[in-house]
Amino acid sequence: MSTFFLTIGFGLCAFVFCVLYRVVFGPGVFNRIAAISAIGTKTLIILLIMGFIYDRVEMFVDISMVYALLNFIGVLAAAKFLGLETDL
Amino acid sequence: MMGGAIILSALFLLGGVFFFFTATVGVLRFPDFFSRLHATGKGDTLAVLLCLIGLAIYEGFSLTALKIVFIAVFMALAQPTATHAISRAALRKGIQPWMKGGQENDSGV
Repeated sequence: MSTFFLTIGFGLCAFVFCVLYRVVFGPGVFNRIAAISAIGTKTLIILLIMGFIYDRVEMFVDISMVYALLNFIGVLAAAKFLGLETDL
Repeated sequence: MMGGAIILSALFLLGGVFFFFTATVGVLRFPDFFSRLHATGKGDTLAVLLCLIGLAIYEGFSLTALKIVFIAVFMALAQPTATHAISRAALRKGIQPWMKGGQENDSGV
């Protein structure tokens, strides 16, 4: 089962690198924010899978929870800041 | 642990990885910002829910599984909220949605 988790982790890492294209080259700041949010979502699952591989889920699940909260708050703050009337 | 629970959690995880794949293809291939947000908002939410449910089934009946289920509930609430906020901000900044046959408009801000 550890090999299965490792395979899924590597697959999610490949998806993260694919989405990273949109972060680097994506036109405009909104594309970048949306892609960063997607990367954070994938990272949450990767953290939990790392916990299962290391057999220390009870520690990694807290890190993953904090990551979910920070991702959500970051996207909300970016939306609030970018939605203002002033030009950047 | 029973073998059935492991197979069920593996199926949930594979479904989650499949929806992560579709969301990634959508982010890379769709023509403008709003359709990309449509792909990542819905696909990632479903994929995260499937993956977390699979991991909670694999963990079994414990406090850690309860925390994983809490993360799933929080993501089900937070991800559509974040998508709505970022899309409303983009619409306020004047990004035009892509129309079929319209001119190429993928400028961002």
